[in-house]
Amino acid sequence: MIDPLREAWAPVWRTRGGRTGILILAAITLVSIVAPWFLPAYWVQEFATNAAPGAGHLMGTDNLGRDLMARVTWGGRVSLTVAGLSVALAMTLGALVGLTAGYLGGWVDALLMRLVDGAMAIPRLFVLLLVVAATGKVPLAVLILVLGTTGWFGVSRLVRGEVLRVREEEFVHAAEALGAGRGRVIFRHLLPNSMGPLLVAATLAVGDVILLEAGLSFLGYGVQPPAPSWGGLILDARPFLTNAPWLSLFPGLAIVITVLSVNLVGEALREALDTRSLAADTPR
Amino acid sequence: MFRWLAGRVVQALLTLVATVIIIFVLMRLTPGDPLGELTGDRIMTPEQVHHLQQLYHTNQPILTQLLAFTKGILQGDLGGSIHYGGRPVTQLLRERLPASLRLGGSVLLLNFTLGLWLGMRQAVRQGRRLDRWLTTLSLTGYAMPSFWLGSLLAWWFGVRWHILPVGGMHDPLLPEDATLLAAWIDGLRHLVLPTLTLSFVTIAATMRHQRSALLQVLQLDFVRAARTRGLTERRVVWRHAWRNALLPVLTLFGLWLPILATGSVLVEYVFAWPGVGQLAAEAIGGRDYPLIMGTALLVSTLVVLGGLLTDIAYLLLDPRIRLQE
Repeated sequence: MIDPLREAWAPVWRTRGGRTGILILAAITLVSIVAPWFLPAYWVQEFATNAAPGAGHLMGTDNLGRDLMARVTWGGRVSLTVAGLSVALAMTLGALVGLTAGYLGGWVDALLMRLVDGAMAIPRLFVLLLVVAATGKVPLAVLILVLGTTGWFGVSRLVRGEVLRVREEEFVHAAEALGAGRGRVIFRHLLPNSMGPLLVAATLAVGDVILLEAGLSFLGYGVQPPAPSWGGLILDARPFLTNAPWLSLFPGLAIVITVLSVNLVGEALREALDTRSLAADTPR
Repeated sequence: MFRWLAGRVVQALLTLVATVIIIFVLMRLTPGDPLGELTGDRIMTPEQVHHLQQLYHTNQPILTQLLAFTKGILQGDLGGSIHYGGRPVTQLLRERLPASLRLGGSVLLLNFTLGLWLGMRQAVRQGRRLDRWLTTLSLTGYAMPSFWLGSLLAWWFGVRWHILPVGGMHDPLLPEDATLLAAWIDGLRHLVLPTLTLSFVTIAATMRHQRSALLQVLQLDFVRAARTRGLTERRVVWRHAWRNALLPVLTLFGLWLPILATGSVLVEYVFAWPGVGQLAAEAIGGRDYPLIMGTALLVSTLVVLGGLLTDIAYLLLDPRIRLQE
């Protein structure tokens, strides 16, 4: 991931969208890490319940008298961690399957790609619900695992395509002629060439996963209370929409701003690395 | 061309087979027991449990179940729902599909009229203020959780201003003898908020597709030729460029087929819209195996069909592809 990142940094930074995205993301990450230290712990209850945003509590308090800003920033930690780790897992799996299918070819490729086609035809939220709803309450690690193992299908197609494109190039043949083994060819030559598209896909996937996790938590199947997550906070806020709309407003804004800046960076990256989109137009 | 088509159809069928196997395996690998959901806390005698297992075939080996299920599909029988007291799954799907088609259809209509028009305006004014604002707006929508936007809209328009109904498809208090027009208006009013919500979070896809397609065409020689002939910009765009930019966008249509069937699970949930998406969520929550398979199969079939139709549309609409064959 390092080389294309270094290569793309300057052009991404130069675009208005890319720079805005990077700055906002950095700010959000920083606030998520730092702010909880200066705020009351997210489980501490005070007498003022459903208090409007004001001097004492910048985002107000929730129905149990907990500081909403503490919960939103903690939720940021949770949501960003879940998104980051599960995307890393998904990209690794996708790269491995794509490299295998593309390099080996033949019936392995045919079988793997049919399975990927089949998996891609099922809406992801559906699969997630199927796995997660069974147990009702899932630990965070399982949630990350499930989000990761359901997010690699498109990536594997992408990497496979790159491998097929590069596999017949001279430098690969040269490496093989010089006696490089399968592993060396795959990881030294084929993988680095797929890094650009992989990086773009990873960035855009972060936005998708944040939204998905929020949706799952909103349905009550994602991050489990009392741990706060942005989707879970919106779920908690539902009964109080009339008298305390800020309870829903702030976590929602957090999601919108984060996903928007991730996508801005992703778009800028895509243009900088000049890779084609990864089915970015599949409706949710 | 026909050989290609046959190959493509076979591929689509294989994909569907893979889908069936994946869903089936997933369903059985994950914990949870449909009969447990059905009986709840009631104490059952072994005979009763056995009777239920017999009834829903849950005690047979997985492979036997899979084969039985496949045979059922070929006969147009998806089994009986466990949660809904054994009612045929096909019947349940048929009941819910019209609601989803109504919501999905209106979203599609909006995205493929307004969305295309806006995308076109963006391409014509590339890099100007309008383009930048529309880009920001559509990307913001794309970054928005549909359930959040839905609840906010419901709160503003429904609870606060009392302009629009916030849930369901009809007003249950609508008098029996209401005129057709009144019923129609009632249905339309219920449709507004879910449609706006789902459309706003998805319209970016059509807009950006149309924008980039038209931008590509505007660089081509024949457009320059049209401009040098002194045609007005409006004429160049509408009569020459736009038509050619329509093809890639129309083929996008196939990818949207699934939302016709499910709307969005989340939007249907927020607006209590009695569609397939809601049915699917219920089925999954209750471990209703046959109903899960049924809804999943319906959606996957539409996804695969959408892809197939997209390819065929390309073949029919773009003569260049036919000539290559």
